[in-house]
Amino acid sequence: MAEVKKTQVEPIDRSMYDFRYEVNAAFQVDSGLTPEIVETISEEKHDPDWMRAFRLKALDVYNRTALPSWGPPLDGLNMANIVTYVRPNTEMQAKWADVPDDIKNTFERLGIPQAERASLAGVGAQYDSEVVYHNVRKEVQEQGVVYTDLESALHSDHAERIREHFMHLVPPSDHKFAALHGAVWSGGSYVYVPAGVSVEIPLQSYFRLNAPGAGQFEHTLIIVEEGAYLHFIEGCSAPKYNVANLHAGCVEIYVGKNARVRYSTIENWSKNMYNLNTKRALVAEGGTIEWVSGSFGSHTSYLYPMSVLRGAGARMEFTGITFAGAGQELDTGAQVIHAAPRTSSHIVTKSIARDGGVSNFRSAVVVTKDAKDAKSSVSCESLMLDDRSRSDTIPVMDIACDQVDVGHEAKIGRISEEAVFYLMSRGLSEADARALIVGGFAEPIAKELPLEYAVEMNNLIHLEMQGTIG
Amino acid sequence: MNCPLLELRDLQVAVEEKIILDPIDLTINKGEVHVLMGPNGAGKSTLAAAIMGDPRFTVTRGTVTLDGEDITDTAADARARKGVFLSFQAPEEIPGVTLENFLRTAQGAVRGEQPKVMAFRRELKKQMDLLGMDGAYAERYLNVGFSGGEKKKAEILQLLMLQPKLALLDETDSGLDVDAVKTVTQGIRAYHNAENALLIITHNAKILEGLDVDRVHVLDQHRIVRTGGPELIREITEGGFGSVLSEEA
Repeated sequence: MAEVKKTQVEPIDRSMYDFRYEVNAAFQVDSGLTPEIVETISEEKHDPDWMRAFRLKALDVYNRTALPSWGPPLDGLNMANIVTYVRPNTEMQAKWADVPDDIKNTFERLGIPQAERASLAGVGAQYDSEVVYHNVRKEVQEQGVVYTDLESALHSDHAERIREHFMHLVPPSDHKFAALHGAVWSGGSYVYVPAGVSVEIPLQSYFRLNAPGAGQFEHTLIIVEEGAYLHFIEGCSAPKYNVANLHAGCVEIYVGKNARVRYSTIENWSKNMYNLNTKRALVAEGGTIEWVSGSFGSHTSYLYPMSVLRGAGARMEFTGITFAGAGQELDTGAQVIHAAPRTSSHIVTKSIARDGGVSNFRSAVVVTKDAKDAKSSVSCESLMLDDRSRSDTIPVMDIACDQVDVGHEAKIGRISEEAVFYLMSRGLSEADARALIVGGFAEPIAKELPLEYAVEMNNLIHLEMQGTIG
Repeated sequence: MNCPLLELRDLQVAVEEKIILDPIDLTINKGEVHVLMGPNGAGKSTLAAAIMGDPRFTVTRGTVTLDGEDITDTAADARARKGVFLSFQAPEEIPGVTLENFLRTAQGAVRGEQPKVMAFRRELKKQMDLLGMDGAYAERYLNVGFSGGEKKKAEILQLLMLQPKLALLDETDSGLDVDAVKTVTQGIRAYHNAENALLIITHNAKILEGLDVDRVHVLDQHRIVRTGGPELIREITEGGFGSVLSEEA
């Protein structure tokens, strides 16, 4: 009710507060998700008792937590009917025939083979990637690496380890969607890399996502022990199709002492998706977390992977790109907490907005009083392809230590018409000229991606650009 | 026998409402080298840009004909594919796109098919060697961080790789040291043959060394005020534009 009072004090912000009030009203009636539903999910998954209790507790938190009061609007999400997002997930067998035409066309243009399309729709044919996956799994297994779905892992000798780590980094109390995730999570990956083991081949969850039960509430738990190395690639580079339009996944990464984890992802959800994903890494002394993140799809995204640099000398690098087109509001960025001496963070992002799209960059750099000699640099570059698109940079810095080196740099630009003419004078069509310039803008990010993803990203940019120029 | 490659007839060119060129009549035959001179601000660059199809300039009257085809209303990319090339005075920087990738894309665009990888590489190496360019430049982003001289060499490299019918060189020699001008001239000589033609805008006779200049035009007051043979270059470099312009008056 406090918000309503404020409305009278500051009429200029009325719409904003009215919106909040509506959200609260919705929240009161969204009892669609009941303990009975959560218990059914738990039972179907054969959860251990503690997990069942965990889900119910998270549900309670969910019901007591309001929607975020900042960020892109969420009013397109029907929170009163939340159960419709949760229930279809247990058997997410969409038919290829039900996939909207624009997504199908994208597949055609990307040249995704028929076999893969079929498997994506849940038909589950045997295909090349499947074989590759098993090979990789066998190899890494021999090194003592565990890579499996979380449900199976809960019934293995890793159960206790999972209990010690699961949603400890992202507790359900974090925000409403973390709570929702805790209550209804389903599918995802569990990765354990023992001390000193270097996994040379990147593990890809691409293959896991085709498994039954994986979906929009998937949980990824990665534990990499001392001195180990892992490159984990999540998300299908090709567009994903989901029947429901809420994705509230969660990724927790524990980076051990002197260990290094590289986590790459390209998200290209269908354009009706609310992508409210939470990703977090805890980095021990001398450890490194590297994030490479591409956001192309979804209707609305809230995505700000956080790195907690807890041990001395821990490092984080974040490289991200966001491409927002018509009707999209992508709010992305990165967060870092420097909680120990000589920790360092390096955040580089690029964002592109076209056709009325909104691409916002949010960063939070927190330096505690213990983080003597910490170093942080944040650089954000935006490219706007027309006058209707928007891009904002919202950096937050909270620095409680005076012996630190913190820098922030933001640039917003447009495609120069002179550059377009220059390229056209070399025979490139206007569309190709613009796509080449945008591709070049994205190149520093593409360079960080695994090759096939970089190619995919380039294709996506060209597809998006074709849409711009008709 | 004269075979016209470029014909400008009664051309009037404006930027926004302001008339820059009026009227221009010019014929360049295949195999010819034309030089365009004139005081600063006379409209030389505008003429080159207008022939290339720069959308900032509007042809308000007259025609541009290439190889017998009217291209007055043709967009720049189509003109490039028909064989027009402009070496820019201040080439744009394109971050994230390597010189090599750009050249491959451009060659594919003007030829209508993607070049073969190995043949392209060989050709690129050959032309870069000719221009004394370090192979590492191929991997650098197009014009980004290039010095003035490197940018101009990169323009001539594009000329050699794209082999247009008509090359418009807009002060390609400006700001270059003596050696760099020599290299650029070498590139121009390597490009030139009986089937193509050049229109060279310059203030400096050095770039023309070793080239057989057919016609020299002096642009002033929106139009070509004098046309002559190569002897005009000497007149201008020795006596300034005053000497040739006063004769006209």
